[in-house]
Amino acid sequence: MNLLSLILIIPLSSALISTLCKSSLSVQKLITLTGITGSTAVSVYLLINNGDDGIVTLNTGSWESRIGIVLVSDIFSSLMLTVTGFTALCVLIYSMKEIETRIQSRFFYPLFNLLILGVNGSFITGDIFNLYVWFEVMLLSSFVLLTIGRKADQLEGAVKYVVINLFSSFLFLIGVGLLYAKVGSLNLADIALKITEDNSGHLLNTTGVIFLVSFGFKAALFPFFFWLPASYHTPPTSISALFAGLLTKVGVYALVRVFSLLFLNNSSHFVNVFAVLGILTMVIGVLCAASQFEIRKILSVHIVSQIGYMILGLAIYTPLAVAGAIFYIIHNILVKTNLFLICGIVEKIKGTADLAKIGGLYRAHPFLSFMFSLAAFSLAGLPPLSGFWAKLSIMKAAAESEHYVYLGTGLAVSVITLYSMTKIWTEAFWKDQPEGVIVTEHHTTSKVMVFPVIIMTVAALFVGIFGNYVFQICIDAANQLLNPQLYIEAVRGGNL
Amino acid sequence: METLMAILSGFLVAAGIFCLLQRSMVKLVVGVMLLGQAANLIILTSAGLNSSNPAIIAEGEKVITGSYADPLPQAIVLTAIVIGFGFTAFLLALLHRTYKTLNTDDIEKLKNTDTEL
Repeated sequence: MNLLSLILIIPLSSALISTLCKSSLSVQKLITLTGITGSTAVSVYLLINNGDDGIVTLNTGSWESRIGIVLVSDIFSSLMLTVTGFTALCVLIYSMKEIETRIQSRFFYPLFNLLILGVNGSFITGDIFNLYVWFEVMLLSSFVLLTIGRKADQLEGAVKYVVINLFSSFLFLIGVGLLYAKVGSLNLADIALKITEDNSGHLLNTTGVIFLVSFGFKAALFPFFFWLPASYHTPPTSISALFAGLLTKVGVYALVRVFSLLFLNNSSHFVNVFAVLGILTMVIGVLCAASQFEIRKILSVHIVSQIGYMILGLAIYTPLAVAGAIFYIIHNILVKTNLFLICGIVEKIKGTADLAKIGGLYRAHPFLSFMFSLAAFSLAGLPPLSGFWAKLSIMKAAAESEHYVYLGTGLAVSVITLYSMTKIWTEAFWKDQPEGVIVTEHHTTSKVMVFPVIIMTVAALFVGIFGNYVFQICIDAANQLLNPQLYIEAVRGGNL
Repeated sequence: METLMAILSGFLVAAGIFCLLQRSMVKLVVGVMLLGQAANLIILTSAGLNSSNPAIIAEGEKVITGSYADPLPQAIVLTAIVIGFGFTAFLLALLHRTYKTLNTDDIEKLKNTDTEL
């Protein structure tokens, strides 16, 4: 028995208890806050004390690891768990004020817990079918959260989101079936061991492609990302922020985990596919974002472009590049969620986030503007903010492995990102409120909503300024990912 | 038998995709269900189909003797069916609500939230 199961038990029980307390919102808030804090604390503990070899495993039901479901937490997993917990906590506090009470009472808090349960489960499972199940837990709660309140826009966005995600789950299931037919196992470590032993990795290429498409949908890779800009701007901002920060990153996590264990060591084709997809995702995402004129839409489409960098890091596949990709994921979760939260405050103040209708925020709310500029410049990659180190390490890895095309594209995309962020800055914050446009202004901002923004900004600053500590953890995580032997040994010799 | 199952699931996928590409919401649901069934068949077939015994250890024995059917795909397919059932129920409720709110069952008309790229 170790702490790994707590990562799942805590959100599950707080989901169940808060469902039972459906008459009292304040009790639901308290339980959810306690639950998310608890699971975050366990994640932090796992990150600090993750055993001698850095990998903690748990065989559920005491079944032998290749028969039963095994939970695994290596450095990458525990890092993702920690950042997820922290982000969820900030969004939770924010949502208590941002989402209308009427909507909150429609089981918002139980669903929030279940979403985090699904995300946590995806991060620590060591079994490919179990990964599918956690994806579904996460998806089903995200479907309901997306439609909560049932406005026409939300329903319409949800139809696209639901159907495309069901299609991607269907592909995933087919991939699992084909994998089981070929290898006869569902345990990731066991599959990895079997295909390296009898050198049959090339037989898995079809499965690999199916997984690539399926995870590509979830991670919003080019050409599978069109559902994202059609749905992410419709729900309340807190929910957008949570989705933007976490859900696509779970897709990226699945790509990194499954491909580093099963496919990238056995076949060189996938690296090239990742490179092409990564570059196209970066370029097309950033160009699409540059043509938008509404803050939340700009930020939504920008998610796509950032995913490209992470995939590019995976495509270069050196320790530095993979560490850079992991660092990028952390930076992006923090900064992107924060930008959405700030956008929500802007919407509360002005009643709209359309750049043509708003302005003058710098004069009226200098502190908020300062927070925005830190987050926006970090996304664009200005030193010494977190985005700079993330991009620097991936670009350095590209230069070291002599992939100059990757290097050039990465730099060019950064410049266009800076353009988009500057556009929001000049239009919403710097220019005066356009005359003749009537917006309903609220001059006071809620402290409950500003507080999470401050916390997230401080966290992003910490990741930027003390980047070397965080980066050292990322390097350790990348070394584990590049040596699947460590993972296999830890799972097979797990504490039975 | 496996070949038959492969062809059958191929047909199901083709029919499912065809339904997904139609403009009607009802056909959308049918399409998603057909795709789900195709995936279930593939999983069920993945361990090979034969007419051997169920994987039950006889009384007094320590290990299983003789040939037996792999129980794992059966367990998995059960899970997949249940999950698929839940999703279909949600999709039906969502489409019903969308139809009531937007007064159309034509998917081509659901273009209000699209972001021009």
